[in-house]
Amino acid sequence: MSGWLGPAEWQAVALSLKVAFWATLLSLPLGVLTALALARGRFPGRQVLNALVHLPLIMPPVVTGYLLLLTFGRRAPVGEWLAETFGLVLAFRWTGAVLAAGIMAFPLMVRAIRLAIEAVDPRLEQAAATLGAPRAWVFLTVTLPLMAPGLIAGAVLAFAKAMGEFGATITFVSNIPGETRTLPSAIYSFLQVPGGDGPALRLVAVSIFVSLLALALSELLAHRAAKRVAGR
Amino acid sequence: MSLSVDIAHRLGSFDLNVAFEAPAGVTALFGRSGSGKTSVVNAVAGLMRPTSGRIALNGDVLFDAKTGPEQPPHRRHLGYVFQEARLFPHLSVRKNLAYGQRFARPGAERPDLKTIADLLDITPLLDRRPGTLSGGERQRVAIGRALLSAPRMLLMDEPLSALDAARKADILPYLEAVRDSAGIPILYVSHNMTEVARLATTVVIMDAGRVVKAGPAEEVLSDLDLVPMLGVRDAGALLQATVLRDHDDGMTELSIAGGTLFLPDMGLGPGSRTRVRIMAHDVILADHRPEGLSALNILHGRVIALRDGRGPGVIVRLDCGGDTLLARITRRSAQALDIAPGREVWAVVKSVSVARTDIGAG
Repeated sequence: MSGWLGPAEWQAVALSLKVAFWATLLSLPLGVLTALALARGRFPGRQVLNALVHLPLIMPPVVTGYLLLLTFGRRAPVGEWLAETFGLVLAFRWTGAVLAAGIMAFPLMVRAIRLAIEAVDPRLEQAAATLGAPRAWVFLTVTLPLMAPGLIAGAVLAFAKAMGEFGATITFVSNIPGETRTLPSAIYSFLQVPGGDGPALRLVAVSIFVSLLALALSELLAHRAAKRVAGR
Repeated sequence: MSLSVDIAHRLGSFDLNVAFEAPAGVTALFGRSGSGKTSVVNAVAGLMRPTSGRIALNGDVLFDAKTGPEQPPHRRHLGYVFQEARLFPHLSVRKNLAYGQRFARPGAERPDLKTIADLLDITPLLDRRPGTLSGGERQRVAIGRALLSAPRMLLMDEPLSALDAARKADILPYLEAVRDSAGIPILYVSHNMTEVARLATTVVIMDAGRVVKAGPAEEVLSDLDLVPMLGVRDAGALLQATVLRDHDDGMTELSIAGGTLFLPDMGLGPGSRTRVRIMAHDVILADHRPEGLSALNILHGRVIALRDGRGPGVIVRLDCGGDTLLARITRRSAQALDIAPGREVWAVVKSVSVARTDIGAG
């Protein structure tokens, strides 16, 4: 594939895969916790949390990106603290692209996982408790396996969204080749220069291919998990 | 070994207020649906928190509204067999059975998976998945799973109600085996009198969130006051019997307090204890010992009490040499035979009228 794609194009694809991978992986535990709180939690402010989680889905991505810049920029309070304490710089770095992609994909992930949790029969968890299993064990051995199909769907959805994230990413971390020029940014950039149609089309093809592959993979995994959950 | 329950709970317009003791053996919570039976079991298991009251097992307080936090369900060590089995669909039968084993109380006598699987006849199913099992198989696995968690007590909420009559009859002997081998108290919820009569040593009758009557099964089932509530078609007395011998013609001769009974062969060997339920509508009364009848069982007894039903019938309670028998006859016959307390009568029971499901291991 590296022969067919030019080095700049290949760089963008590899970067996008890396960003989407980390964005999905890092937001997954938080997504499960948030979905659990929304599906099962009974606490004041649940609706506020729900609205907050969904905000990136509704707001213009540029707004999300700008808010990220205001919060995590090099001179912004959180950004400065992160840089001083952990040496972690987000603005204009690929790590910032991970944050932007993760936040934009988060609502989709939480929605899918929440549906999966709501589909788990709480009576099975009760049964596990009467057999002596503590709550954490019940979650690991009953709830988690039973919500696996939805979990996979949520992760794949988040990955695809992260791969394609453009607005928030370009606002927050700009469009620096090799650092923050992800696949959509690269397509956009190629379209700005004369003769860029060829590379842009190749990247479009890659995008479609990756999306289809992710879809097929998730269908396969979800099908297997669903079969297990059905008890056959 | 004894469970004592004394709880009150308000849920909307439903008001639950029950107190009873469940000693060793099987205690049946009997009542029509909506009488609050399942709420009681859920409170015992810790799946529902009553508004007030106290639940203790052998002196160990599981819940006391006055003294603060109750024991969470997973620390109560009570095996719960639910109406709908609730097997874990993603685990094999073997893993379902073993699920609670790791959480058994330290020092508890741990039953062995193979022994339990053999007792319940589920060994051939061990590598199957719950989705491929029949209803009866599923329920047997659920019973085994509960037993293997080495519980201090077994809770069963209508474990047979989802099964058809034939399957029920298949599983009842397994439940008897569990009752006779597990050595732990069992709280058994049911609205089926046949099951209760087969299994229960103690019966607690519930209606509209209240305990109407509680006591030994023989006593409660032959209580004339309860007949209208339990349903006159379900009225019948419970007799303890011992098998004397099996005859070549397919009959079994049993000894009861008031004489002998001939019933269809039930495959229990001589000497085994059985319990037999004789339905009130299967008993005929005569004012002298009848001759030339096909019925094999003619017992002499004395009328203790009788009660008018809503229809043309009366129900008569007899003492037959120590056993209690109920007979349901018409008011017209009662007048013709001059049935009154103290009257000596003969009770006639056709052998074949006693259903197989009404004969069980004692």
